[in-house]
Amino acid sequence: MSRHAAHGRTVGRGVTGLILGLLVTPLVMLLGTTSAYADDEGDTPAAASCLPKPDEVGCISGTLGSRADPIADADVTLTKPDGTTETQTTGDDGKFSFTITEDGEYLVGVDPETLPDGFEVRPPPANLRGPDGELKVQATVGGLRAANLEIRSADYDPSTSNWEEISQSGFNGLRLGLLLALASVGLSLIYGTTGLSNFAHAEQVTLGGMLAYLFVNQQGMPLLVGGLLVLVLCGFTGWFQDRVLWQPLRRRGLGLTQMMIVTIGLSLAIQYGYQFFVGSRTVRVIVDNPTVTSFGPITTTNQSLAAMVISAVVLAGVGFALLRTRIGRATRAVSDNPALAQASGIDTDKVIRLVWTVAMALAGLSGILYALVTNGIKWDTGLQILLLLFAAVTLGGLGTAFGALVGSLVIGFVVEMSPLLPFVPGDFKYAAALLILIVVLLVRPQGLLGKAQRVG
Amino acid sequence: MDEIQQILNSMMSSATGPQTAAVAIAVIGLNIHFGYTGLLNIGQSAFMLLGAYGFAITIKEGIPALGIEPLGFAALVAGVIVGMGLAFIFALILGVPTLKLRGDYLAIVTISAAEIVRYIGRSVGYETLFGLTGGAQGIPGSQYRAPFTDLSPLGNGNSTLLEFNYTDVADGAVWVRLVGWVIGIAIIAAIVHVARGRAGLTGTPKRVAIAGLSVLALVVLLFLAPVNNQNTGVNGWFVTIVAWCVAAISTVVVLFLVKSPWGRALRGVREDEDAMRSLGKNVFAIKMQALVIGGLFGAVGGMLYVLPATVQPDSMGRSLTFFCYTALLLGGAATIWGPILGSIIFFAGRIMIIGISNTYFDGFMSSQESSQFAFIVVGVVLMLLVIFRPQGILGDKRELRFNV
Repeated sequence: MSRHAAHGRTVGRGVTGLILGLLVTPLVMLLGTTSAYADDEGDTPAAASCLPKPDEVGCISGTLGSRADPIADADVTLTKPDGTTETQTTGDDGKFSFTITEDGEYLVGVDPETLPDGFEVRPPPANLRGPDGELKVQATVGGLRAANLEIRSADYDPSTSNWEEISQSGFNGLRLGLLLALASVGLSLIYGTTGLSNFAHAEQVTLGGMLAYLFVNQQGMPLLVGGLLVLVLCGFTGWFQDRVLWQPLRRRGLGLTQMMIVTIGLSLAIQYGYQFFVGSRTVRVIVDNPTVTSFGPITTTNQSLAAMVISAVVLAGVGFALLRTRIGRATRAVSDNPALAQASGIDTDKVIRLVWTVAMALAGLSGILYALVTNGIKWDTGLQILLLLFAAVTLGGLGTAFGALVGSLVIGFVVEMSPLLPFVPGDFKYAAALLILIVVLLVRPQGLLGKAQRVG
Repeated sequence: MDEIQQILNSMMSSATGPQTAAVAIAVIGLNIHFGYTGLLNIGQSAFMLLGAYGFAITIKEGIPALGIEPLGFAALVAGVIVGMGLAFIFALILGVPTLKLRGDYLAIVTISAAEIVRYIGRSVGYETLFGLTGGAQGIPGSQYRAPFTDLSPLGNGNSTLLEFNYTDVADGAVWVRLVGWVIGIAIIAAIVHVARGRAGLTGTPKRVAIAGLSVLALVVLLFLAPVNNQNTGVNGWFVTIVAWCVAAISTVVVLFLVKSPWGRALRGVREDEDAMRSLGKNVFAIKMQALVIGGLFGAVGGMLYVLPATVQPDSMGRSLTFFCYTALLLGGAATIWGPILGSIIFFAGRIMIIGISNTYFDGFMSSQESSQFAFIVVGVVLMLLVIFRPQGILGDKRELRFNV
C-alpha cells in the first residue's frame, strides 16, 4: 500500500513538474517573441483598420491568398448597391477592407490583370456569385463581413511538361519521405520498446521548428549553432518527459489505453500552448529567399539539398547504431521482447530513457528541416504530420525502425505524387495516406517489414 | 459582484445550451465505444461532422430523385436518415480493417480518418463537392434551419427560466445572492453525501433522494443565474428542449442496451476478448455493432450541434473529440449518467475559465488567447484525470482497468 502511495507521489511530482515545464518553456519563448507580436494580429480582420460602429459604419474585409502567402498589389473592387464602385490595392499582407455606410448586397471582385502570373480567382459558389463572377456579400451597418475570395493557381502552366512534373514531384516526395523518416523512426522505436502509440509525437516536430524560429530568427543565432541547440533541447524534452511522466506511469502500471489518452491530452495542451505563445501565424526560420539550384528537370533550393543530405546521414547513423553498437542491439532486444531482454540483464528503463531522448531529438531535427524546406511551421503543422507518421509507421510495421524508414519514403512519394493524377485535387493528397493505411491493415496488418504474427 | 454574476450567467446558459446537449449525445455514443466496449475511437468528431453534413446538405438540396423538396418536413426526416446512414458507412469503413487487430490500430485509423473527413469537407478541389459543403466556410445555419424551426409550437418572443429569480427578491441585493450560493453549495454537498451512502439510504429511497435534491439544485441554480432565450430563434428554447429530450432518450436507450445480454457481452469484450471468444461469441461482430451504434449517437449529436450554428469542418475537428473524451472521463466512463453530467460540468467549467481569464486577467491575455488558454487547461485536465481519477465523478475504478 505504502509502495503504491509512494508511486502516486512520484507521479504527482512528475506531473507537476511536467506542467511547470509546459508553462515555463513557452513563457521563455514568449519573452523571445514579444518583439514580433506587433505583426501577429493575423486573426483580426481589417488591417487597413475599418472598425464597425453601431448605426454608423460597417466593414467588408478579407485577405487575398493565405496568411502565409498573401497576395499583394492586387486591385479589389467593391460594387455598392447603388452601382458605384470603390477600388483598393492590397498591401503586403494581402488584406483589403472597405468601409460601408448602408445595408445591402455588395459585390466584391478582383481585377485578374493585377494578380500575379499563374493565379486566378476561384469562382464563388452559384448562390453567392455576382453577374461577373464577383462574390456577393450581405453587409449591414455596424457589422463586420468577411469577403472570402479564394485565389488558386491557374490550371495551365506552359513551361513544364509531364515528365518534368513527375520528376519534380518524385524529388519532393523523396524529400518529404526523408523528413518523415527522421520522426517516424523515433515513433516506431518508442512503440517497439514501450508499446505506446505516442499521439504527441508530431508536436515534437513542431517544437523543433518553433525553437529554431525562436533561436535563429528571433535571437539571430547562426543556423548551425541554433540548430544544435534545438537538437539538445528537444532531446532534453524527451529525457524529461520520460523521467517525470512516462516512467512513473509505467511503474504505476497504468494501462496502455490510458497512457495513449495521456499522450492525446499532452498533444492538445502543447498544440494550444504554441498558439497561445507564438500565435496562429506561420513562422519561418529564415526569411530570405533561398538560392535555387536546378539540375535537369528538377528545381530545388540549396536548403532542401542540405536537409536531404543531413537526414540521410543521420538516418544512416541511427541505422548503424541500431545494428552495430551494444546499446543499439540492446534497444532492438527490448523492442523484440522486453521481458526477455530484462531477464538477460538489459536495463530496460535505461534503454527506454535513451529511446525517448533520441526519438525526440530526431523529431526536433525533422521539425527544423521541415520548417526550412517548406514555407515555415505553424501551431497545427503537427496535425498533418501525425497522420503521415502513423501511416508510415503502420505501413512499415509498427515497432520496426527500418520499416518506419521504408514506410516514410513510400508515404512521402505517394503524398507528393498523388496530385499528378488528373482526378486528385491537391488538397486530397493526405487522403492518399489514409487509403494506404486502411489497405495495409486489410492486406498485411503487420506491415511491410513486420514479422507475420498474430496482432489481434 | 456584477462580473461574477455575468460569469455565472454565461456558465449557466452554456451548461443548459443545445450544443452542450448535442455533445452529451455524442459522448453517450463514445461511452458505448470507450466506456463499455473499450474501443479507443479518437474520431468521434468525424461521426458528428458526417451526421451534420448529411443532415444539412439533404435539407438544403432535397433529394430530387425521390421527389423530396428542399427545406420541407420530408427533407428534415430524410436529412436525419442520410446523416445516420453516412455515419453507419463510416463506422463500417473504420471497423472492417481494424477491429480484428490490436486496439491501437483503431485509434490510429480513427484519428486519421477524422482529419481526412475534415480535409475533404474544406476541400475546394471538386466543384460539385465544394458547392455542397461550402469549403472551409461551411454551410450557414440559415440554409437548413427553417424546416426545424417551423415545427416549433412555442411561437415568438422571449422566455426566462426561472421567471422568479434573484432579481425579484430585494432587487437582487448582494446578500440574496450570497445566501443563494451557500444554499446551492449545501444542496450539492448533500447530493454527494447521499450518493456516497453516508446518509444511511440505500436502494429506491437513495435514488429518490438524489433525484429530488438534483431537481432542487437545478431550481436554485436557475434562481441564481436565470437563462433568457428566444422561444424559437437560432439558439432558442425550442432547439434546447429538443436537444435535451434527445439526450434523455439516448440515455434511456443506453440504459436498456447495457442492461441487456448484449450489454454484458460488450463488457465481456472489454474485459477479456479471448474469454469471450472461447465462449463462442463473435467478438468482431460485437465490436462492430458497438462501433456502429456509438457512431449513430455521434451523428445525431452532430445534427443537433449544428442546428444553432453552422456546419463548419474546422469547428468539428480533433479538439471536439478531445472535448468528448474529457467530458466522458470527467463524468465517468461506463456509467449511465456520466456523459450528461460530464458534458454539463465540462462546458460550464470551460466558460468559467474563459470568463475568469477575460475578466480578471484582461491585461495578460486577449479574449482569443483566453480561449486558447482554456484548450491548454482541457489538455492538462484530460491527462490528470486519466492519471489520478480514471473513474471520473460517477465511475467505478474496477471497470476501467482494461487494456489494449
